[in-house]
Amino acid sequence: MRLTCPFCGSRGLEEFTYRGDALVRRPAADTSLQTDAQAWTDYVYLRDNPAGLHSELWYHGVGCRSWLVVTRDTRTHRVDDVRAASAVAAERSGGAA
Amino acid sequence: MPTDRYSLFSLLREGLRGNTGWKAAWRKAAPAPAYDYVIVGGGGHGLATAYYLARRYGGLRIAVVEKGWIGGGNVGRNTTIVRSNYLLPGNEPFYECSMKLWEGLEQDINYNAMVSQRGVLNLFHNDAQRNAYIRRGNGMRLHGVDAELLDATAVREKLPFLNFDDARFPIRGGLLQPRGGTVRHDAVAWGYARAADRLGVDIIENCEVTGIRIERGRAVGVETSRGFVGAGKVGLACAGNSSRVAAMAGLRLPIESHVLQAFVSEGLKPFIDCVVTFGAGHFYISQSDKGGLVFGGDIDGYNSYAQRGNLPVIEDVCEGGMALMPRIGRVRLLRHWGGLMDMSMDGSPIIDRTPVDGLYLNAGWCYGGFKATPASGLCFAHLLARDEPHPVATAYRLDRFARGAVIDEKGMGAQPNLH
Repeated sequence: MRLTCPFCGSRGLEEFTYRGDALVRRPAADTSLQTDAQAWTDYVYLRDNPAGLHSELWYHGVGCRSWLVVTRDTRTHRVDDVRAASAVAAERSGGAA
Repeated sequence: MPTDRYSLFSLLREGLRGNTGWKAAWRKAAPAPAYDYVIVGGGGHGLATAYYLARRYGGLRIAVVEKGWIGGGNVGRNTTIVRSNYLLPGNEPFYECSMKLWEGLEQDINYNAMVSQRGVLNLFHNDAQRNAYIRRGNGMRLHGVDAELLDATAVREKLPFLNFDDARFPIRGGLLQPRGGTVRHDAVAWGYARAADRLGVDIIENCEVTGIRIERGRAVGVETSRGFVGAGKVGLACAGNSSRVAAMAGLRLPIESHVLQAFVSEGLKPFIDCVVTFGAGHFYISQSDKGGLVFGGDIDGYNSYAQRGNLPVIEDVCEGGMALMPRIGRVRLLRHWGGLMDMSMDGSPIIDRTPVDGLYLNAGWCYGGFKATPASGLCFAHLLARDEPHPVATAYRLDRFARGAVIDEKGMGAQPNLH
């Protein structure tokens, strides 16, 4: 398996560190552990863990040190898309990077 | 009349009859319309669950439904190691229960599972690791489990060919559990399947569960590729596919599925008489009765359902092997494979009820499920039959994550790919 970093090109897997599901969302900072513990439990522990397309975070530590959002099929390890996490975040918030 | 029970007498008799009289190890069962208990997943844990349910709580109609064939999943994809060298109170009694069941397994199920208590030796390479292993050994002994601390001289007597004076990772000693060892993994699957079958359990292969039918908040059966099968209670023992099956009942689990690779070399004359683990990396090795070196290391570290891994981990495992015992450097690899690990968020398993009535979960075994097979089956059977956790599995609750009562044996935190 190789990942095509948008900044460095196609690189071997050993250059990257995996950081799990890219779709989990940290609850807002003022979410109370007393009144909404479930939101924190969901965020810290629960995962969809799909067999199929998975959106996930990788860190290119041996290259450009960018955080990347990779779309990959967990059944075949086929990589469909690699984007800079900053670009994905900017798109989600509707503003510029 | 076909020969059923395995004994020296039946072996001689069948030898003289050209081995024509053996009864099939288990029937090819077709699904009945309904059962008292349906176990989803015909791996080691599912089969052991069915066996102990039938054995200890008689008169029940039990089925095991398996999407593939018996022995085709993780029960045939591990490195066959059994041990009970755990530290935490929630874990150690459970794994020791499993160890004791291994010790009596072959007589219990009348099947040669080649249980070999050849010892499990965990090496340490510095003072901090020695202290950690002393603590672990003391923890084990407080639970009545055998543990011996070996210094470098004692390890050298046992395994003289290890790389003791490596500049980076010198071997200072090890923690030995003499009762640990290996068990023939396929025989465990076949033996439990056969023993369960003899007690009337229907083992239904090539029958994939495609849905869990829930009526008024209660699981009443499973939809399968061979039709609906009704059930008083449904038990899930689906290992790497736990999240997918639980999702059929609308549940999200604290589990990620990862791939773990393992390796077997060509056959060699016997030279490793125990299980050895390298403490400075992640590498474990034993020698099978056929002579092949059976070894493995870390999981690949990313979500996967592919049952195959990638080259960086193979390189890492082989580097660990070379650092530990350089003499294996020219040994050729015979086979290598990958299995799906249900990596839980704290590295410990779950044997519990689910929020859906009548639906029970046995999952989260990470890459240590094989050694747990008998106790997992025993405790899951107890839970299914009695609706309360078995005394040695009370810590393995599904809600422990929400309660903050995680069992973090490795001290890694909520990070499944590090356990």
